[in-house]
Amino acid sequence: MKARVHVSLKSGVLDPQGEAIRHALGTLGFEGVEGVRQGKLIELELAQTDPAAAEAEVKKMCEALLANPVIESYKIEIA
Amino acid sequence: MRAAVIVFPGSNCDRDMQVALQAVASAPVEMVWHKETALPRGLDLVALPGGFSFGDHLRCGAIAGKSPIMRAVSDFAHAGGHVLGVCNGFQILTETGLLPGALLRNGNLKFLCKPVALSVKTSASPFTSAWNAGDVATIPIAHHDGAYVADPDTLAELEGEDRVAFTYAQGAPNGAVHDIAGVLSANRRVLGMMPHPERAVDPAHGGTDGAPLFRSLADALVSA
Repeated sequence: MKARVHVSLKSGVLDPQGEAIRHALGTLGFEGVEGVRQGKLIELELAQTDPAAAEAEVKKMCEALLANPVIESYKIEIA
Repeated sequence: MRAAVIVFPGSNCDRDMQVALQAVASAPVEMVWHKETALPRGLDLVALPGGFSFGDHLRCGAIAGKSPIMRAVSDFAHAGGHVLGVCNGFQILTETGLLPGALLRNGNLKFLCKPVALSVKTSASPFTSAWNAGDVATIPIAHHDGAYVADPDTLAELEGEDRVAFTYAQGAPNGAVHDIAGVLSANRRVLGMMPHPERAVDPAHGGTDGAPLFRSLADALVSA
């Protein structure tokens, strides 16, 4: 089964890369983009077949390595 | 003083650190590969060098922080051992939780490589005792991810306990909160800093303002 982990900077943490993207979109003529936050998507292929067990395991992975809880939050999707 | 420098794949300041410890602190230095699970016996100091360990994949210092040797370094620190992390070493120390906060992409998104003026904020540590608080030292930075961040409670704690070792004297070029360039652990025996003192210990470097850090260590750890 597959898991997707979305990792993003916490809301209070400045994201200069997102700001650079917003600026570039403005340069291209896209108006009204009031904010951009950049994150990352990590896709995992898991041998586990039980969704609840898979989610519990991926949560542990997030806490141990995939996200830094000091600056990042994460969201897990199991598919 | 006996020291070890940890070498990760992608470390590139490990030999500079070795030379600085040998030349300024007269310390025998062992180089320890990250796959080792134990440190040499009888160490006083472990240094985590600058570089781009594991290509900065995932987050700077994240993969190195989970290396086999880091469990031993963590045990060493918790037992009262001295640990110095410079640049990528600082990032690794925050990733392992040995120091609070985190290092983010520079505010202007540029890789910054230049000498900067640092303000020494405290002389009350084994890393800074050869300076007086308020001294200014010019030491090079070379990083893309050096914007120190920490939540307000952590900042208040660091400043309240005199644990900010260095600030950028002319404002943080990288966007670091409160201009912080280096922080100490609660027991003051773990220091992480973005600037490279090991690149400022020989007149041929263009300056020797980093040397007092190694002299401080030599004084503090002479009888250990």
